[in-house]
Amino acid sequence: MSSIEWRPTAGWQAIKERAEMQQCIRAFFAKRDVLEVETPILARAGVTDVHLHNAVTRLQGPGMPQPQNFYLQTSPEYAMKRLLAAGSGPIFQICKVVRDDEISRRHNPEFSMLEWYRPGFDDYALMAELNLLIQQVLGCESAECLTYQQAFIQTLNIDPLDIAAKPNLLSILQKQGFADAVSESDSLDTLLQLAMSVLIEPVIGQQRPCFVSHFPASQAALARISKQDMRVSHRFELFYKGLELANGFWELADAEQQRQRFRDDNRQRKAMGLPVQPIDEHLLAALASGLPDCSGVAVGLDRLLMLRVGATDIAEVLTFPVGSA
Amino acid sequence: MANFSTNEFKSGLKIMQDGEPCVILENEMVKPGKGQAFSRVRIRKLLSGKVVEKTFKSGDSVEGADVVDVELAYLYSDGEFWHFMNNESFEQIAADDAAVGDNKKWLVEQDVCTITLWNGKPINVAPPNFVELEITETDPGLKGDTAGTGGKPATLVTGAVVRVPLFVQIGEVIKVDTRSGEYVSRVK
Repeated sequence: MSSIEWRPTAGWQAIKERAEMQQCIRAFFAKRDVLEVETPILARAGVTDVHLHNAVTRLQGPGMPQPQNFYLQTSPEYAMKRLLAAGSGPIFQICKVVRDDEISRRHNPEFSMLEWYRPGFDDYALMAELNLLIQQVLGCESAECLTYQQAFIQTLNIDPLDIAAKPNLLSILQKQGFADAVSESDSLDTLLQLAMSVLIEPVIGQQRPCFVSHFPASQAALARISKQDMRVSHRFELFYKGLELANGFWELADAEQQRQRFRDDNRQRKAMGLPVQPIDEHLLAALASGLPDCSGVAVGLDRLLMLRVGATDIAEVLTFPVGSA
Repeated sequence: MANFSTNEFKSGLKIMQDGEPCVILENEMVKPGKGQAFSRVRIRKLLSGKVVEKTFKSGDSVEGADVVDVELAYLYSDGEFWHFMNNESFEQIAADDAAVGDNKKWLVEQDVCTITLWNGKPINVAPPNFVELEITETDPGLKGDTAGTGGKPATLVTGAVVRVPLFVQIGEVIKVDTRSGEYVSRVK
């Protein structure tokens, strides 16, 4: 008898619940005429985000005599945007994605993602659709909605859009026991991200899901900047019971601005001693040819399932998490 | 001593914090999807015994603590120090009152104890889970009472006081669980 742990860490109940959840999601989109698509998990470019790490593998074969780097995708976003630019119309995908250096009770390096795009939707319209989907999957109440600024003012009495907020936020974090994690040399965004994770996420969205909209422009990622208020972007997230469930954008469609953001990321990567990433020229070419005005959102399906079955550790909803894969 | 990065954190790892050796009890990463990752750890300070939470940026390093556990036999006390010996090398080490603490009442000559050393100096002494000690003082129990409803206090040769059944008498040797301080049985 071998003592190696070969059995699934998820119970059969969770395994069946996943199948039901995915059927529920597919029915939701079929009813709305959103097309299910597939895109590659391996691509010649990954992401430039300084806080996302691609796992890399090497492929060779006919036509590729020398092994080439291929990046396991952290989200199907770039490829799905190429489909949108090619005229796909509304699309969704359920796929595995991979993020290196992320292991915890709520992170597994490879995980399941639901991602969808809606031409003609702004961030509010997409939040409304996500709100319906979440209610169907979890049987929960309708979500509430806070702006990023409201969430910080309400919880910490700090205005995150005030560039002079840094000393105050630093002292709050230090007093709350995070003195070893932060210092004056940290950017305001780093402090905001820690405060969001440890002070705000645990208190908002406890009774019902909570959208946080209008992330600061400095954390726009792939969202467009607001025309009404240049300090904020059309990026939103969804939180429920202490879990970050979804991240969405009213998408940036400007190829030149997108190239600039990639370059800025790489400059920051260099300064931080991280590898500079190849830029996805396929995506930029697609944007240059014209991305329809659209919004898109990515939902962590394993976390959604955790809430559906009442799990506190992601291993309870994965057959074989990284520790036993 | 080597430094450890947050990815090397795991329960049982010994690190220095606030000038004190500590052991990591739990380590958990927190990370927003598109933001900086942090490591949140629960640690026990090995000198004060306090359990505290600390948070570090992922990728940061902390100094390791030179802390090892050794198995040594208890020899004797001279009142100021408690002397232990390595049964193989015959090397002797003396632990002070701060290291022995309340556990001094469970020390039995020749018993093998676990001594925690920090930079070679004893900071904690853990007795075996079970020790056998003689009763030096206890009220004579009522004859015939063997069930022992609440028992009675008994003082042991080391000064420890434990509750024993009424039938146990002065001069008898009893077995005690040092983790709970509870009577287990009489030793024939």
